[in-house]
Amino acid sequence: MTQSHSPTNPDIVVIGGGNAALCAAMTAAEAGASVLVLEAAPKAYRGGNSRHTRNFRCMHQGPLGPLVESYSEEEYLADLMKVTGGKTDEQLARLAIRTSEECLPWMQAHGVRFQPSLSGTLSLARTNAFFLGGGKSLVNAYYRTAQQLGVQVLYEAAVTHVHLAGDQVEYIDYTHMGETHRITPKSVVVASGGFQADTDWLARAWGPAAKNFLIRGTPYNRGVVLADLLDQGIAQVGDPTQCHAVAIDGRAPKFDGGIVTRLDCVPFSIVVNQNAERFYDEGEDVWPKRYAIWGRLVAAQPDQVGHVIIDAKSLDLFMPSVFPPIKAASLRELAEKMGLPADGLERTVGEFNAACGDTSGFHPTELDGVSTTGLTPPKTNWARPITQPPFYGYTLRTGVTFTYLGLKVDERAQCSVGQGPVRNLWAAGETMAGSILGQGYLAGFGMTIGTVFGRIAGKEAAAYANAH
Amino acid sequence: MQTHTEVLEEARRQAEICNACRYCEGYCSVFPALHAERAFADGNLTQLANLCHNCRGCYYACQYTAPHEFDLNLPQALANVRQSSWEELAFPQAAGRAFQKNGMLIAVATVIGFALLFAALRALPAAGGEGFYAALPHNAMVAIFLPAFLFPLVSIGISLRRYWRQVGGRPVKLSHLVQAFGQAARMKNLKGGHGDGCNFEDQDRFSHARRHAHQAVMYGFLLCFAATSVATVMHYALGMPAPYGLLSLPKILGNSGGLLLVAGCGAMIRLKLRSDRSFGAPSAFGAELAFVGLLGFVGLSGLALYALGQTALMPALLALHLGAVLAFFLLAPFTKMAHGFYRLAALVADAQR
Ligand SMILES: Cc1cc2nc3c(=O)[nH]c(=O)nc-3n(C[C@H](O)[C@H](O)[C@H](O)COP(=O)(O)OP(=O)(O)OC[C@H]3O[C@@H](n4cnc5c(N)ncnc54)[C@H](O)[C@@H]3O)c2cc1C
Ligand code: SF4
Ligand code: SF4
Repeated sequence: MTQSHSPTNPDIVVIGGGNAALCAAMTAAEAGASVLVLEAAPKAYRGGNSRHTRNFRCMHQGPLGPLVESYSEEEYLADLMKVTGGKTDEQLARLAIRTSEECLPWMQAHGVRFQPSLSGTLSLARTNAFFLGGGKSLVNAYYRTAQQLGVQVLYEAAVTHVHLAGDQVEYIDYTHMGETHRITPKSVVVASGGFQADTDWLARAWGPAAKNFLIRGTPYNRGVVLADLLDQGIAQVGDPTQCHAVAIDGRAPKFDGGIVTRLDCVPFSIVVNQNAERFYDEGEDVWPKRYAIWGRLVAAQPDQVGHVIIDAKSLDLFMPSVFPPIKAASLRELAEKMGLPADGLERTVGEFNAACGDTSGFHPTELDGVSTTGLTPPKTNWARPITQPPFYGYTLRTGVTFTYLGLKVDERAQCSVGQGPVRNLWAAGETMAGSILGQGYLAGFGMTIGTVFGRIAGKEAAAYANAH
Repeated sequence: MQTHTEVLEEARRQAEICNACRYCEGYCSVFPALHAERAFADGNLTQLANLCHNCRGCYYACQYTAPHEFDLNLPQALANVRQSSWEELAFPQAAGRAFQKNGMLIAVATVIGFALLFAALRALPAAGGEGFYAALPHNAMVAIFLPAFLFPLVSIGISLRRYWRQVGGRPVKLSHLVQAFGQAARMKNLKGGHGDGCNFEDQDRFSHARRHAHQAVMYGFLLCFAATSVATVMHYALGMPAPYGLLSLPKILGNSGGLLLVAGCGAMIRLKLRSDRSFGAPSAFGAELAFVGLLGFVGLSGLALYALGQTALMPALLALHLGAVLAFFLLAPFTKMAHGFYRLAALVADAQR
C-alpha cells in the first residue's frame, strides 16, 4: 500500500460503484495503489444495475464451479454473433470470452458465491454461473473485500466533470453532501454505466415515446460522466439512438423494478393494443428469444402499452410475476377493468378463436406449430382459443435495460481522444460495452464485460499510477 | 400489534415477490419450498416460517429492501408468522399467547418455581436420604417433576398435531425422519447456502458465531437431558441411587452439558443483544432473551450445585436449580423452546415435498 496519499488525494479514482467499478478498485488496490471509489448512490442503493443481476456468462473447458460440461470460446462467440447480428468487435469479444474463464475463481476469491442454476432457468446451467443471492450479494461481497484491501468508498458522491487537458485527465469534480470537491488523482477509471435513467436524454435519442418507458434498473445511471467526456472529444462507440428494451409488467415502478417485473406469458396469450387490436405474432419463438423484441413492439403502439389476454387454462404455464393478473369472469368485464373497448376485445378474441385449429399438439415448452390459419398477424405456435373463464390480463410496457452509446476503448480498456489514447483514463462495464456489443444482448454478458474490463482497467490504472 | 391475519397477509405479499425473483434459491430450504407453490395458503406460509431460522442472508442479498417500495424483509415477515403461529397452535392457547411475547411473565414463572421448591424443601423435611435427597426426598422430587415433565410432552404433542394438519403433512416415513434429524444435527441451514454461515452478527458479513452458539446450546441441553435419563435408569433399573462420583456417567454428561449450555446461552444472549432487531419479531425479543436466560440459569445453577453441593449453600442452590428446571419444563411449550419441535416438524414436512 502506498501510504503517502491521503484519501482525498488517492492514486486512482474509480467513478461508479457497480460490478465494473469494484473489480477495477480491488485489482488496483491489490497492485499497491490507493483507490477512492466515488458512488453517486446512497449506500442502500449502491451497486447500480449490478445489484439486479443474477448471473455471469463464462467460458469453460470442463466443469467449473457451478457450471457443467464445457462452453468453448467458439461456441460462446457464435452465440454472441447471433444476437448482435455480427455487430461485434471480434478481437475485444474474444478477449472478454477467453478471460471469463479465469474470472470465476477470481470472483470466488473475492467473496462471490455461486448457486446451481435457478429453477426455471435450466437452459442456462451450462453457460451461466448464478450468484448465490443475486447481484446484490455479489456487490456486498465486493465492497467488503475492497474495504479490507484499503479501498476508500464515498457514497452519494456524484461526479459532475472529468477535466481533460490534452491527452490527460487533470482533475475530477464531484458533489458530496451539497458541496463540490475537486481532486487530482493520477489515474481515473470510469465505470458509471449508461444513460438510460435520464429520460430526457432517452426521449431526445429515441423520440418522445421514451418518456413512457420504464427503467428496469438504477435511477443513478444518468450518463453525466459519459456526456461530459463525449463533449470533450473522447472517442465514442455504439448507436446513440438505441437502447436494450424488453416488455415488462406495466405496473412496475418507474425505476429499479428489476427482475420480478418480467412477464413470461406472451407466448400463451394474445397481445392487443389500446384499441384492442393484435399487432404481432405472439407465438413466433420461445419467450427468451422474443423477450427483447417485444420491448420495441410495445414502444411502437399508442401510449406505448400492450395488453396480454389469457384464459384460465394458461395461467400456470409461466413463471409467476410480481403483480397478480387482472381477473374477470367475462371478456367484457376484463376489457372494462383494463380500460379497453369491450366490443373491440370481444371481436378480436372471436376472430382469433375462429382462426385456431387443432390444438391437440399443444406443447408449452417447444415450438409446437399449433397455429392460426387465415389471421393477420398470425400466431404461429401455441395458438389455443381463449375461451375458458376466468380471463386474465396483464399490461405490458417497455422496460429499458441499458443504452448502447459508450466510450470506445482498446484491449487495455483505455479511452482515446483524437488519434491517441488518453494517458490516464480507462473505462469498464456498461459505459464501454458498446465497444463489444453493437446491438442485441446475450444473457450474462454484461457482467462478463464488467468483470473482465474492470480488472484490466484496474491493473492498467495502477501500473500507470505506480510509475508516475 | 399485528394480528395473525395481517402477519400472514404481509408474508404472502413478500413471498409472491420472492417467487417472481428466486435469486435467494440457494440460501436455505425456505426458497425451494416457496418456489414449489404458485399461491400461498396460510398453511404454506406457516410451514415456510418454521423452515426459516432467521439467518438474514436473504435480507442482505435483496435488491428490494427499504427504501425500495417493495419493502422486502423476509426474515422479519417470516419471524412474525412463526411467532404468531406458535401462539395460535399452542395448547392451551392462552398460555402460548401469554408467554411467547412476555419476558416478564417468564421471569415471574421462574420465581414462582423457586418459591415452590423452597416451600417444598421446608414442608418436606429430610427423611434420612443422602446428598440432595437429604434436602428433598426422592419421592417428593418425582412427585413434582413427573407431571412437570409429562405436561409439556402432551401439550407439544397436541400442538404438533395441529401444525401437521395445518401444513398438510402426510404420514411420516423413516426416510423423512432421517433427513430431518440429519439436517437439524448439523444445523445445515445455519451454514447458509455456501457454508460461510449467517448474517446475524455484523450486517452483510457471514459468520458461524450463531451456528456455534446454537450448537452449544442444543448439545449442552441434550447432554444434560441424557445425564438425567442415565441417572434415572441407574436409580430404577440398576438400583444405584445418587449421589454419583465425578467420573460417573451422569456427572460426565451433566457437567460437560452444563458447561456447554452456559457458554452457549451466554454467546446467544451476546449475539442477540448485538444483532439488528428489525429482522426478528420485535414483540418477541424480550421473551426470547428471558427464555435463553432461564435456560442458561438452569445450566449455571446445576454447575453451582455440583461445585457447592457439599456446603451449607446446597439446599438453597437445590431450590434455585430445581425451581428453574420446573419453570423451564412447564414453559417449554410456550417459549422459544417450542421452536425446536416446530422446526423438526417443518423439516420432516419439507422432506416429504
Ligand atoms: C434488471 C436487470 C437484470 C440484469 N441481469 C443481468 C444478468 O443476470 N447478467 C448480466 O450479465 N447482466 C445483467 N444485466 C445487465 C447488467 O446489470 C450490467 O451489464 C452491469 O451491471 C453493468 O455493470 P457496471 O458496473 O458497468 O454498471 P452499474 O452496475 O450500473 O454501475 C454503475 C455505477 O455508477 C454509478 N454512477 C452513475 N453515475 C455516476 C456519477 N456521475 N458519479 C458517480 N457514480 C455514478 C451508479 O450509481 C452505479 O453504482 C441486468 C440489468 C438489469 C437492469
Ligand atoms: S429476498 Fe429479495 S432477492 Fe431474495 S428471492 Fe426474495 S425478492 Fe429476491
Ligand atoms: S432469513 Fe435465512 S433462513 Fe430465513 S428465509 Fe432468509 S435466507 Fe432463509
